[in-house]
Amino acid sequence: MASRYTESTAKVIEPPGTTRRKSPGSGQVKRSVRRLESRAKVDGSAEYIHNLILPGMLYGKIARSSIPHGRILSIDVTAALAVEGVHAVITGEDVRRLIPDPYYGPAFHDQPILALEKVRYAGEPVAVALASDPHVAEEAADLISVEYEPLEPVFDEVAAAKADAPIVHDKLRPAATFADLKYLQGQSGTNVALSAHVRRGDLEKGFRESDHIFEDTFRNGKVIHAPLEPYVTVAELAGANGLTIHTASQSPSFVRSEVSRLLGWPENRVRVRTAFLGGGFGGKLYIKLEALVAACTLLVRKPVRIALTMEEQFYTITKHGATVRLKTGVNKDGRIVAREAETWWNGGAYADIGPRVAQKSGFTSAGPYDIEHIALESHAIYTNEPPAGALRGFGISQVVWAYESQADIIARALKMDPLEFRRRNILREGRPHATGMLMTDINIDAILDRLAERMEWDRPFDRGSGTIRRGRGIAIGIKACVAPTTSVAMVNIYGDGSCGICCSTVDMGQGSDTAMAQIAAEILGVTAEAIRVIHPDTDVTPYDMATLGSRSTYHMGNAVRRAADDARTQLLRMAATALQTDIDELECRDGAVIAQSGTRMTFRDVMVARFAMQAGNIIGVGSFIPPYEKPDHDTGQSRQITPFWMLGGAGAEVEVDTETGRIQVTKLVNVGDAGSAINPDIVERQLIGAGIMQFGFTIFEEMIFSDGQVVNASFADYKIPGMLDLPHDLTGELVEVPHQHGPFGAKGVGETGMFCVSPAIGNALYDAIEVRITEMPLTPERVLRALRQAQEQPLERD
Amino acid sequence: MRETYRRTIRFKLNGRPAIAQIATHETLVEVLRRDFSLFGARESCGQGLCGCCTALVNGIAVSGCLYLAAFVDGAEVTTVEGLALGTELHPIQESFVANCAFQCGFCTPGFILMTKELLDRHPHPTTDEIRHYLSGNLCRCAAYPDIVQAVQAVAGRE
Repeated sequence: MASRYTESTAKVIEPPGTTRRKSPGSGQVKRSVRRLESRAKVDGSAEYIHNLILPGMLYGKIARSSIPHGRILSIDVTAALAVEGVHAVITGEDVRRLIPDPYYGPAFHDQPILALEKVRYAGEPVAVALASDPHVAEEAADLISVEYEPLEPVFDEVAAAKADAPIVHDKLRPAATFADLKYLQGQSGTNVALSAHVRRGDLEKGFRESDHIFEDTFRNGKVIHAPLEPYVTVAELAGANGLTIHTASQSPSFVRSEVSRLLGWPENRVRVRTAFLGGGFGGKLYIKLEALVAACTLLVRKPVRIALTMEEQFYTITKHGATVRLKTGVNKDGRIVAREAETWWNGGAYADIGPRVAQKSGFTSAGPYDIEHIALESHAIYTNEPPAGALRGFGISQVVWAYESQADIIARALKMDPLEFRRRNILREGRPHATGMLMTDINIDAILDRLAERMEWDRPFDRGSGTIRRGRGIAIGIKACVAPTTSVAMVNIYGDGSCGICCSTVDMGQGSDTAMAQIAAEILGVTAEAIRVIHPDTDVTPYDMATLGSRSTYHMGNAVRRAADDARTQLLRMAATALQTDIDELECRDGAVIAQSGTRMTFRDVMVARFAMQAGNIIGVGSFIPPYEKPDHDTGQSRQITPFWMLGGAGAEVEVDTETGRIQVTKLVNVGDAGSAINPDIVERQLIGAGIMQFGFTIFEEMIFSDGQVVNASFADYKIPGMLDLPHDLTGELVEVPHQHGPFGAKGVGETGMFCVSPAIGNALYDAIEVRITEMPLTPERVLRALRQAQEQPLERD
Repeated sequence: MRETYRRTIRFKLNGRPAIAQIATHETLVEVLRRDFSLFGARESCGQGLCGCCTALVNGIAVSGCLYLAAFVDGAEVTTVEGLALGTELHPIQESFVANCAFQCGFCTPGFILMTKELLDRHPHPTTDEIRHYLSGNLCRCAAYPDIVQAVQAVAGRE
């Protein structure tokens, strides 16, 4: 173990630097600054790529596969090309002439820009029609005719993992990015795109020593992100050998490197820029439309825009459906002794980031519990459904649904209070996680205390009567923030003393612009509102891994903090020269450099003193990569699996109508550990917003498939939560356990509110009607069927 | 499509006379964006179910993704860009800012215009009336509690 640690290829970088500051602080962090862009968001002027129209631009409309699995025999574009006003029709073979190996993806290079030889899901892009009038392009796309030889499809993730299943990909093609996928290179005859393992202790011994063993299987269907700004990319030529891609993306740096790789170009010839995103939720990560639009632009030598319809979002990326099997041994005191978990992730036809979801959520499937004997298995599985990827939580809500439903089953079987059962088993500071990392900067007791308080857990509870039954439930969950990842930032002080931040974090509504401005402002001694945050543009803003996994506040926040420190040091050095004093005599405060003598120079004064006029720049640079140790391939053990742990809890009260099966959530409390929150109001709203999103996934959202076809791909048939659906009593609760390496003690919190809502509601449902439902969503039909089954009066199947 | 019927429409747009050459199948939101560079109304669900494309036609909120541009001939159209008086935001806009009633902001103009219609007709709505009136507008970030608060705060102040 020790030798592996020292030989680890992962860089263990210096701990985050500390800022040398004499004053107690500028009051810019831990302050509920209003979003910097507030005005632009209410007057209609906020920039979204959705608004971009370029001169001479062509609109692309996509023709999609009508079957879930089959060989392409022919593509007939004659009728499409005959439509008046059509500029071009592009197929996979056209793309191959430009890009010989046109397969992309962050984990596997498995996804063709347009289908080649085979289609692997119903809705897969097969061809694109281009026209200057979008209606013409749409008409032409409808006239593209494709002949297929159907192949047997596979949809269920457990069935697809079996040896005799139809095979989605003839040969596996892992990208070089992730070392743990290398063993899959060139494998054929399997749909398993990664099996990840965690082993700790002696599982069999653990089960032998257990007084009770519980075995349960939990499922959830697929749901979608549904950001209201549709997926949209616009590309244009930039000079003789460059390309500019404007895209609603959460990962501009990745888009640049992946498009460059596909084209065989150096990265400096591809420019990727974003604006505000009208929501992302993990959907707009990695490559979505960018490679396709880049290829179209280079083929027709004109600007091209492709914007998806809401229907097409359902064919682009989903949350993973999952099956989680848990076997848990407990002793009669209610201590969990052993846990075995096996999870199958329905990744759909292309891996996207699914193998990472499988690995990273898989290793947390023992929950926030201190268990001696553990074996966790997690499998990323290809099926003939639309690809699944990251969705706000990266698989965590699926495993929490399982282990927290089972925690309730166990507590009830042992006749223990569910809160007490959790108290008896939670991980505490200094104890080893399932991966072996010693827990640090956590306090799960504080989360349970807050839950108990807000749920008034020790007060008598009205259980309803007649056909309306009431119940309540709680759940807690844990996530490891993604690692290892890099963020780089620049802080620029201009000639007049005003400041800008260049960073590639994408503000998709989570308030990152505001948080970054607060962090830089705190160090520079100016107000956050006075700082401008320059949006991602790979020609201008430095590298960032991506805006995902609740990583930005911690990673980019630290990079911005270092960049601001660097700029501040340069500024103070210039001022020290001008004032002929020592740098230690100076500080930045109230928008100026102030000497101990009381002499005050504005930032502009300093610039003028240095450059003899209002001119020049100070460019502060900071980068951040937290320490990480790669887990052992066989045991999943690592001394540093994550830079910080994310912890959340939820409590729900429900009313269940036993005649209709309808659940009314009357109260929902969502507790999250934000570290020391940079902006408490925004954090609270993140918890509430995530809670409502997961509430939708729990109660009614579900993609319905029939033979691989999504049959409810519209807002008419797939409902997302609206005003009238909400619990009336809805709160987001911050627990602040500072992180020693977080910027000013902060942790990321964008996903935390998603973790626990589903099992809290499911457990409340059981509390109300004593019926356990193991599959989400908890629709009235599912509840009523389960209730009637329990009463031995089952409803007929239609 | 090749034989597209085109026509000229004349209407009032945010208080000023406007004229546009349109195809009869084109929607209001398409024409606002293409011919007038007004981007506050945005097509999202494309079925009149999310409210992102809301515009006011003669004071009534319509779904701009379904409402044909031809229908605004002779009408008064208001978009979110027409609410502010010069540099001074409309009180509803002020209230959305003061109550942090948005995250990504994509749906916000639609909520603001729907609120405008609500308060023009019912200056003192109850919370339930606010919820009902705005139930046709969706917000995936789920800023709903803050939106209700923003409407309550501005109601009666207009």
